[in-house]
Amino acid sequence: MWTLRDKYCIAGIGETAYSKASGRTVLDLASDACLKAANDAGVALEDIDGIVSFNFNDSVPAIAVATGLGVPAAQYAVDYAGGGNAANLIVLAAAAAIEAGLAKNVLCYRAMNGRSGFRLGGGRELSARGVTQYTAPFGWITYPQAMAMWCRRHMLKYGTTSAQLAAVAITCRQNAALNERAMQREPMTLEDYMRSRMIVEPFRMLDICLESDGACAVLVTSAERARDLRNRPVHIMGGAYGGGPNQGDDLFDALRWPDHAHNYSKYIAADVWKSAGVGPGDVDVAEIYDCFTYSVIMQLEGFGFCHEGEGGRYVQGGRISRDGELPINTHGGLLSEAYIHGLNHVLEAVRQLRGSAGARQIAGAEIAFTSAGAMTCGSAMVLRR
Amino acid sequence: MGDYLKPIPVADPDSAPFWAACREHRLLLQKCAACGAVRYPPGPFCPHCRSRSAEWIRSAGRGKVFSWIVVTHPVPKDVYAGDVPYVVALVELDEGVRMASNIVGCAPSEVRGDMRVEILFDDVAPGITLPRFKPAETPSR
Repeated sequence: MWTLRDKYCIAGIGETAYSKASGRTVLDLASDACLKAANDAGVALEDIDGIVSFNFNDSVPAIAVATGLGVPAAQYAVDYAGGGNAANLIVLAAAAAIEAGLAKNVLCYRAMNGRSGFRLGGGRELSARGVTQYTAPFGWITYPQAMAMWCRRHMLKYGTTSAQLAAVAITCRQNAALNERAMQREPMTLEDYMRSRMIVEPFRMLDICLESDGACAVLVTSAERARDLRNRPVHIMGGAYGGGPNQGDDLFDALRWPDHAHNYSKYIAADVWKSAGVGPGDVDVAEIYDCFTYSVIMQLEGFGFCHEGEGGRYVQGGRISRDGELPINTHGGLLSEAYIHGLNHVLEAVRQLRGSAGARQIAGAEIAFTSAGAMTCGSAMVLRR
Repeated sequence: MGDYLKPIPVADPDSAPFWAACREHRLLLQKCAACGAVRYPPGPFCPHCRSRSAEWIRSAGRGKVFSWIVVTHPVPKDVYAGDVPYVVALVELDEGVRMASNIVGCAPSEVRGDMRVEILFDDVAPGITLPRFKPAETPSR
């Protein structure tokens, strides 16, 4: 379990514009976001000695950013192979590296041309090797197709409805309307949702996140160093990474998962809250990984914001809206801001805790929750100002 | 394999007996020779007792629908355009393991959770046979 409560901070954030066609290389996007995060913190690149990222063979390695930006002494330049599951993990890993003495100031980034370049949602290799030989030959190929299976299971077991999925999509869109960076800002009604094209039952188009070009970065350092830096530090109270038994042979495979009506969140919740020393009721704003609408519902249950099976009812009636009991995805999330694989959730949490979220600001936000992941493994953090 | 454009299962040392049996219209599952646990997909170790020793048993090919999806938007479009809507399901076999497959022989709207299904073998291309499922005709146990 994480034992470094409040000892490490996010001291800087940086990001590029989000678009469908950046016209820039992934190296450019990654370097841009990293440079902004270092500048935001007021840390010179000469003092950066760690760079951590995660990718799906769709990005540039940390050493490339270090080389391109002329970081002279990148000692801990490491790439995790991962998807959305890793977006909070890399921040925790950065702090762990500092604690171990491997680095002092670590940049964490996620960068990709996720729409104009490598489209994660678009399909996979058509030669079915490894565990894929037991899935793809049946026309079970894309991530929307993978995760629709989970959503259906939740519907079967708990009676979750399309209108409940819609409540998540509509909430994210309402928040995105206040976010000038968001890729989708036009209002969405329940009727719009219901009329959107069925892609893979039970998912309509509006259950599925965006595809985006862009990059996000954060700078992680010790609380002691963060005190002297340019911006108000955001403390990492607690966090965890992991999942349950039988996480599978890759990030698609969940053939042996105990029950698709719940996901990784159920298995790491106890460590997240225990390490942070607070509980779900203490959270002022929650940025929850929303690659699909259902994943928010499963995580609300798994992390204990509501009981198992009650997530569908929980998201209705405005409880998760900006002025509700638990404001979620105040930037618009992956569904309406951009798909930067969950690191954009961390940036939004930092803004909320700094009090710099503008029209989206949740008044008096002191504790934020972030999560990353939807299936068998994932990560989460509790942050405070 | 000629004109067959869909994903082709590439057999490996762990899976070769499974796919060879499919070609003979038999569904084989791995059973640990030490502890008796049945596993799927095939693999080199028993995840329960870590024995490498396993035998292949013939599955009755019956089970029930654990979850399912209906693909209505084909991906890749050119490959699956003629197939939508089609059903992919997780089928829980009576032997206790779960496998991904298709449900055929009924309209996608007729698939239900816990619906009893039974196997059929589809020779989709020379040398490639896929195990699919249809609603059970024989009385359930």
